[in-house]
Amino acid sequence: MIHFDQVSKRYPNGREALAGVAFRIEPGELVFLTGHSGAGKSSILKLIALIERPTRGQVFINHQNTAAIKARSIPEFRRSLGVVFQDHKLLLDRPVADNVALPLIVAGVPRREIEKRMRAALDQVGLLGKERSRPLELSTGEQQRVGIARAIIGKPPLLIADEPTGNLDPDLALEIMQLFKRFNDVGVTVVIASHDVHLIDRLGARRIVLADGHVVG
Amino acid sequence: MPTALNTWLARHAQTLMGSLGRIVQHPVATTMTMAVIALALALPLFFNVLLENSRAATADWNQAFELSVYLAKKAGTERAEALAKQLRARPDVARVRVITADQALAEFRESSGFGKALDLLDTNPLPNALVVTPSLAASTAEGTQALKVHVASLADVDTVELDTEWVQRLNAILDVVRRVIWLTGALLAISVVLVVGNTIRLDILNRRAEIEVMKLVGATDSFARRPFLYSGVWYGLGGGVGAVAVVAVATALLAKPIQRLIGLYGSQFQLSGLRFGTAALILCLSIALGWMGSWIAATRHIRAIEP
Repeated sequence: MIHFDQVSKRYPNGREALAGVAFRIEPGELVFLTGHSGAGKSSILKLIALIERPTRGQVFINHQNTAAIKARSIPEFRRSLGVVFQDHKLLLDRPVADNVALPLIVAGVPRREIEKRMRAALDQVGLLGKERSRPLELSTGEQQRVGIARAIIGKPPLLIADEPTGNLDPDLALEIMQLFKRFNDVGVTVVIASHDVHLIDRLGARRIVLADGHVVG
Repeated sequence: MPTALNTWLARHAQTLMGSLGRIVQHPVATTMTMAVIALALALPLFFNVLLENSRAATADWNQAFELSVYLAKKAGTERAEALAKQLRARPDVARVRVITADQALAEFRESSGFGKALDLLDTNPLPNALVVTPSLAASTAEGTQALKVHVASLADVDTVELDTEWVQRLNAILDVVRRVIWLTGALLAISVVLVVGNTIRLDILNRRAEIEVMKLVGATDSFARRPFLYSGVWYGLGGGVGAVAVVAVATALLAKPIQRLIGLYGSQFQLSGLRFGTAALILCLSIALGWMGSWIAATRHIRAIEP
């Protein structure tokens, strides 16, 4: 599903976030990227989502070399990917329904189908009935679940999450992680960047440990 | 209708109303933008209305070419009538009026107020005269000129006056004025594009986070740009309606005084306002300008926003 081949990433400010990173993630896997902040977790997720491009090396997603994906094709590519952010990145002036439906709206899916799938996605994260709420009327945990519903509404084969539990207390964090586990159970490849070692231990999934831009475990 | 087209139309209609809703949420800023557009367009439009009216007013004068033909002193009334008859036979002549020396004197006595002074004269100093109106076909600068040359060559004709130079000068002035209005209009049209562009640019910067999120979930640039294009269309439409309203009010305010002014010159002239076609054209133009401004700004700035 994902193959990093000796990937380095140096940012314009000169910081080298990744130095010769190589790993493979098979379809259907649940993988945690761990390490201290600044170890390169976010950079890996940004390279997967084509938010950044590698300085050296190659990134393959679904056997496709991302270097071959032109800027024009990036929107199409991102529709096959679900992304969850630490800060949710919800549109605060829109109701939950619009936030969740956004990936389908931008993809031009007919309205009636959007409505149906939006409810299904909200149901999967346990927020059915909150369609008309504004994000700020929800708790932090609920906001994160709205973000997850938005990530999975397009039924992507690959789901990536950057510190999805970073702002949550342990109980809520576990709940969110179990939600990811459920999607993984039905075949979705899930990659989660997290520094919450205790939580990862409890879930017992594969880990890729990063330190200073290198894979160390 | 195929479903795909239906969906497409529904989505555009939704975006269109969505951008209207959004710009209505900021009534002061929106009104100011529209007012700037309205005033920028109203200025050349209003001058154009005045220009069109001056053209309409002077159109009659263009056709009022008349030749004043003064006969030699020795030519009597019979000779004048004979010349008149001869000229009436020409195809390029519509009418010939004979003004005998006596008639001319009587008229002059009446209109000039020099009655007493004229009584002191022993003889009538005025010659017999003809007023020749060219036919409609000959009422061009060249036609009347040719007629003038012919009439001047006739026996017993002293002088022929063709008083058209001032009309030609007026027309030349109106042409210059029209050119100036077009030029001003073009410059102001560019400023409308810039104003809308700048408004849209600020709008995009304010909604940067939203555009980032949209791009993250797979929105194309053109999808993210669409609501801003529609905002530009709304700004253009609002500005255009404003411009037409401003011009309508201005013409209404001017109609009375202008009518009185022209009335003092003994002419009957009705100030005509904005024609429907012109108003419609202005609306289309201002919508096009709004769209253009937003297109330039949105294309540039949305491409620059990357998550």
